[in-house]
Amino acid sequence: MSSPIIQVENLCKDYVISHQGGTENYQTLRDTVSSWFKKSKIKNHASSRGLEIFHALKDVSFEVQQGEVLGIIGRNGAGKSTLLKILSRITEPTHGKVRLRGRVASLLEVGTGFHGELTGRENIFLNGAILGMTRAEIKKKFDEIVDFSGVEKFLDTPVKRYSSGMYVRLAFAVAAHLEPEILIVDEVLAVGDQEFQKKCLGKMKDVSASEGRTVLFVSHNLAAVRQLCGRAVLLSQGCIEKQGVVSEVLSQYSQQSQSASNHPATYAIKSQPAHVTRAVLERIDNRPTLSLRVGEPWQVRLNIQIDQPLSAFVASIGLVNHADIPVQTSWSTPQEFDCGTYEFIFTQEHVFLAADTYRVLLGLSNNGRTLEQKEYFTLEIIPDLPIISCMATSGCGLILNPMTPTFRRIQ
Amino acid sequence: MLKPSGKAIPKTLNQPEEIIIERGRAARHYWMDLWRYRELFAILAWRDISVRYKQTVLGVLWAILPPFLTMIIMTVIFAKVAGLPSQGSAPYAIMVFAGMLPWQLFANALGSSGNSLVGNAHLISKVYFPRLIVPGAAIAVSLVDFVISLAILAVLLAWYQFLPSLQILSLPFFLVLALLAALGPGLLLTALNVTYRDFRFIVPFITQLGLYLSPVGFSAEVVREKIGGTFYLLYALNPMVGVIEGFRWCILGQSPFPTLELGLSLVTTTLFLWIGIRVFRSTEKNFADII
Repeated sequence: MSSPIIQVENLCKDYVISHQGGTENYQTLRDTVSSWFKKSKIKNHASSRGLEIFHALKDVSFEVQQGEVLGIIGRNGAGKSTLLKILSRITEPTHGKVRLRGRVASLLEVGTGFHGELTGRENIFLNGAILGMTRAEIKKKFDEIVDFSGVEKFLDTPVKRYSSGMYVRLAFAVAAHLEPEILIVDEVLAVGDQEFQKKCLGKMKDVSASEGRTVLFVSHNLAAVRQLCGRAVLLSQGCIEKQGVVSEVLSQYSQQSQSASNHPATYAIKSQPAHVTRAVLERIDNRPTLSLRVGEPWQVRLNIQIDQPLSAFVASIGLVNHADIPVQTSWSTPQEFDCGTYEFIFTQEHVFLAADTYRVLLGLSNNGRTLEQKEYFTLEIIPDLPIISCMATSGCGLILNPMTPTFRRIQ
Repeated sequence: MLKPSGKAIPKTLNQPEEIIIERGRAARHYWMDLWRYRELFAILAWRDISVRYKQTVLGVLWAILPPFLTMIIMTVIFAKVAGLPSQGSAPYAIMVFAGMLPWQLFANALGSSGNSLVGNAHLISKVYFPRLIVPGAAIAVSLVDFVISLAILAVLLAWYQFLPSLQILSLPFFLVLALLAALGPGLLLTALNVTYRDFRFIVPFITQLGLYLSPVGFSAEVVREKIGGTFYLLYALNPMVGVIEGFRWCILGQSPFPTLELGLSLVTTTLFLWIGIRVFRSTEKNFADII
């Protein structure tokens, strides 16, 4: 194994923040001059001016191997951007050390350095130079860049007349043709239509897989992170909360954001004739769990109390994946129920779901009218494949092998 | 942390260079980096030049009109109203314009470099490059106006049928000196401007006052006669005194070589350059956090 291309050791970054006033965040000379005269009282200086040290990064260490795509996730203010700024040498760390074995190019926001008055053609050269390309390199790749961006018609129009989509496409096209050993990408996929986003993701995959470049990818688009990255680092308040295989880190992240908003979506109407009193997600041997391996059978056990006789009562369970796409819905047969408490068990034995984080929704209805609908669990299905080891599952669908294939020899 | 086992193996030949980021580390390869980013320098200068007169009606006339009008007004006030003498047989207008040339260059260079970092804040906070490139490129841009002014000078010389001496060949030396004289204070001001926006107001003030503190509308000889030798030494500490007199020596060739003024100018220019670079380099690493 070769030495890692990025080696981050005990990285810290402190900022001094001011709580005073707050409208002007830069000092004027007068502030400083007047503070010289207060130097004798330096001890209460910090508190009197409302200064505070803010630790944007606390003791962050990790390593990245060449050719790896590392996702960096975390909520706003977790320190992602600070980390990237240090790695791309925009700002210095307060403590700690980073070793980079190769050139770094960063895309902190695409279109950095675009000048509105210049044409698309001129901006390709300007932006390329800012991102660290030589003129010869840009010339060589010019057609490719224009092709990728799809704005050749407007190449001689000032970019201030571009639509925001065209602007971003051109900017990303330039950036995508950089050839650094390490590429740092921050939230570039926020703009652009679906098709272009796909193109960008594809390009980034190419860059890492076939060209052996290392990519650090920061995004709130978890689907993109999952698709692109092999490993991920979860930052939380300046510390690394978890690092490892991308799906595990993502599930930790989704649990973190769940505990942050501990109120699952509720659609319950009070004084309904039926409601769920208890819900447990279990393995098939009745052990409660919230994470399963791919292909492992599972069940949901529901206790439902019915207070009025119902003519066509249905209990149902739905699964929604991380991208908010409903994956499957199962329901009981509509039936007459008298008052009382009932136990329903929904078992899933044969249909396999791909590794992902799923939200489990429970719904009760009578005669097609919703009585209750509520999100109960977050189910993590992890890509450990003892059962379906016969095939590779990267890039597979959400539902695995739902159809029964038969075959016969015809010749 | 796991250490890779192959640590003892000597570096392979095509191993890419290793960059180490640490507090205070940025200084190591600074000047090499500056050279490596020379294309960026060129392209930033080119950007500023090409957007300069976009969406203006008069376009490049804006480079011609201000120095030309200033020259006329100064000639009227100092020659006609105040009755000051020119240098030797040179027409007063040409003497003024020979002083205007370096002064405009200095004022433009100082003004644009002083605001260059704040004006490029979006770049500073997003991409790494040696920050010296930004004020450097801003100063290079002022050369364009200088070249245009040279053309006006040629027209003036033809108009007055005044033939410059061969000394005009040494003009590039004085040109470089004027640029260096602007670079030192420019670096200082732009670095300070990042933290203290007060300096944004100081730059126009300096160039406004400096126009009268430097011998632009009159010759330095007149000043020496009025204030005496001792004070004149003080006066010549203004680096532009030496540069302007040097320009006049080149173009007009009517006065002796300004040894004293040039010597003092070199001293103050070097001093300002040293201070400017020191301040710039020591604050540079925090630009992205403060700007």
